[in-house]
Amino acid sequence: MMEEVKETASVLSVHDDSIKVTEVLKDGDTLTFIIVSQKLSGTGEYHVDRTYEDFEWLQQHLFSQGDVPGIQGVIFPPLPAKPQVNASPRSIKQLGFLALGECQPYCKALETFLQQVAAHSILSKNKAVEVFLTSSDPPGRQKVKKNIFNRLSQAVEEMRKEGHKDVDEFFQNERDHNLVLTGCTKTAAEKFLDVVATEQKIAVACGHFSTALHLCVEPGEDPDKQAFSRVCVKLSEVFESIKKNMTSVAENNVNTLGLGLDLESRYQEAEREMLFRRTCKLVELENAQRNVEKAKPVKKAAMEEVKKAAETEFEHTSGVAKQEVKSTINNCIPHFHVSFHSGLVC
Amino acid sequence: MADTARDAPPEQTDFHELEDGEELFPEPATTQESQPASLAAEDISTNSNGPKQDSLFDDDPEDLFAEATEEVSLDSPERDVLLSDGPSPAITPITPPTSVITPRIGHTHDDMFTHSSFDEIEEEEGGDSFDIHISVSDPEKVGDGMNAYMAYKVTTKTSISLFKRNEFAVKRRFSDFLGLHSKLASKYLHIGYIVPPAPEKSIVGMTKVKVGKEDQSSNEFVEKRRSALERYLMRTVKHPILLKDPDVLQFLESSELPRAVSTQALSSAGLLRMVNKAADAVNKMTIKMNESDAWFEEKQQHFENLDVQLRKLHTSVESLVCHRKELSVNTAQFAKSAAMLGNSEDHTALSRALSQLAEVEEKIDQLHQDQANADFYLFSELLGDYVRLLTAVKGVFDHRMKTWQKWQDSQMLLQKKREAEAKLQFTNKPDKLQQAKDEIKEEIEELEGKVQQGERDFEQISKTIRKEVSRFEKERVKDFKTIIIKYLESLVQTQQQLIKYWEAFLPEAKAIS
Repeated sequence: MMEEVKETASVLSVHDDSIKVTEVLKDGDTLTFIIVSQKLSGTGEYHVDRTYEDFEWLQQHLFSQGDVPGIQGVIFPPLPAKPQVNASPRSIKQLGFLALGECQPYCKALETFLQQVAAHSILSKNKAVEVFLTSSDPPGRQKVKKNIFNRLSQAVEEMRKEGHKDVDEFFQNERDHNLVLTGCTKTAAEKFLDVVATEQKIAVACGHFSTALHLCVEPGEDPDKQAFSRVCVKLSEVFESIKKNMTSVAENNVNTLGLGLDLESRYQEAEREMLFRRTCKLVELENAQRNVEKAKPVKKAAMEEVKKAAETEFEHTSGVAKQEVKSTINNCIPHFHVSFHSGLVC
Repeated sequence: MADTARDAPPEQTDFHELEDGEELFPEPATTQESQPASLAAEDISTNSNGPKQDSLFDDDPEDLFAEATEEVSLDSPERDVLLSDGPSPAITPITPPTSVITPRIGHTHDDMFTHSSFDEIEEEEGGDSFDIHISVSDPEKVGDGMNAYMAYKVTTKTSISLFKRNEFAVKRRFSDFLGLHSKLASKYLHIGYIVPPAPEKSIVGMTKVKVGKEDQSSNEFVEKRRSALERYLMRTVKHPILLKDPDVLQFLESSELPRAVSTQALSSAGLLRMVNKAADAVNKMTIKMNESDAWFEEKQQHFENLDVQLRKLHTSVESLVCHRKELSVNTAQFAKSAAMLGNSEDHTALSRALSQLAEVEEKIDQLHQDQANADFYLFSELLGDYVRLLTAVKGVFDHRMKTWQKWQDSQMLLQKKREAEAKLQFTNKPDKLQQAKDEIKEEIEELEGKVQQGERDFEQISKTIRKEVSRFEKERVKDFKTIIIKYLESLVQTQQQLIKYWEAFLPEAKAIS
């Protein structure tokens, strides 16, 4: 039983790009992930096992860093949706590519999440990350008290604030661009999912055809019959290998471009959320400014305080956000590079 | 055409799937020298029963056209044995057809039986070779509204002397084809010839065309029908007997053809057909044939099995075709969305790569579409055709049963009459006796004639069926072999094309960063 994690800055003691999710253990309904990471100092590895709840715990901790300046400007690396052993159709749809294949795409997604967190200049400083990656005991499961990301309220306010005009051109452009990009990536990911699903169906159909051909084989002395049987057997083998090819093609597609598109789309969602938070801050600031102007002299000082606080917060957020956005470009390219490079079989 | 297809597989040495291709169609080297690149059925079996059987056929043209009486004596017993027992070790392997040439001199129509293996010999002789090629093309809509129909151009290219010209074309509509089939069926089915079935009527499809819907599905329908009609005609003329039938000749040659009204579904003839079909079905259940010949039983069983297998194959291929079409559609959609993504991405290299990806995917989608078409037209239709052919084959067997039944019936009647005659002998009514006796004698003579006729008919139909079945089997193997070769070639081509596309794309992908 771990004590509550202190919100002090710390340095991560592992190489961020050495983090690997090596395997998944299924125990009834629960999935346990084995995470291996290389020690920064000297040789040696950390082996820990975590469940999805532990990942959520980590995420909660990252979200709840209220006192880190500009935390709201951070694009939080997205955590994939909860995996289920016997998935319902809705959750399969939610998971998209990550539901296909055995567990490999999903593990890769978790791995990317951890790597991104560990590589992030602000996030990696959170002690929770260190605990998560190195401690042999599972981290605590208590609910963290303050969570600034209350999804429900966000949904309601979203409609109002989404279209709010920005003061900064850079950010306005970024918001517009992000909107378009998110839509496109999502569509592309869905369509590609369809393609892969169809490829799998074809593989299955080839398998059936191959079996059906096998049934055509007739024993007999008649040379015609023998010839026909021989042809059927050979053709059946051909179709069997077509089936294998298709299956591996579909798998490949999922592991490369499919995964890439999925990560990309989730990352853009995260960016959208960050930009939205910033917009909310902007609205707050503008409200505060209006209040100051409207306030009676008695309250004016208090209002000024509020406004100043809002201002600082907004500036911090914007600063971090700008940095984040600029580094995003560098983030997603390697994905696609890898995806295209290794995914070129069809 | 078949010859060139045959040449391709041995060249594909870089695909190990097709290294098996050499084994697929084992051809002893000697055969290749004597008969270059021939697709004759005998190549398949190492124990070549083939050519000898073909040579046997050559004697037949005479027989088959001299109607019922003569052939009983001309049929040598060994021939039947050969047909029914399968390969007999006494048959020598492929002999150069010198032994076959001699009986053929002066027979202008032997060529029907020469499959491509004898082509070169025929050319040496300067006689006609089995060379007839029919194509159905140019579907055009004639008329308007519900009275509209599709007219197809039927072009025949041939060098057979039966026809007046070497190349000619006529315009026919679908009901003409059905009319031809019904005429042939009524003439030949009941004596045991396997008449290829005509393509099916499709009310939905035709209505769409009549109404004038110019869309993908009605185009596909017309194309499907056109290719089915072509295959139907080719199969019909491949049959040596049917080719010489005057109805067939008239169909192919004459520019005007009386409208076959009786093929309409709702006409009186149509109703009559339905009633007959029902009656047949009932009869089939009641006839208990005393099968004396094990060959027929075995063959019937064989065809039952084959039918089941082919149907299964057919469904599998249909689902494969369906999925491939779906894949092509999905790939097209993905290509579009990738293009959109490429457009909205700022990073130039990535954007360019995405656009390229979109283009590649579009090409691939086209490729998948073509592959799906190949799957369909080659395989699925072939299987469908054979499923229908098998129904015709089964019909032939049923006719044999009916013939047997008729024979037995007349025999029983004869028996009864004879008993009646015997009874009359013992009655003592002299005045009626003579008259009655004479009557009965007449009837008995008539019946005896009928019984003999029935027996002969039965023998005849059995013999014809044997020949037809073995011809059918050969054709089947040949057909499948040709189609499979074509199909495999198309598969290989598709894969090669795919590889080319992706290889062209690779440098673009590498350039992102």
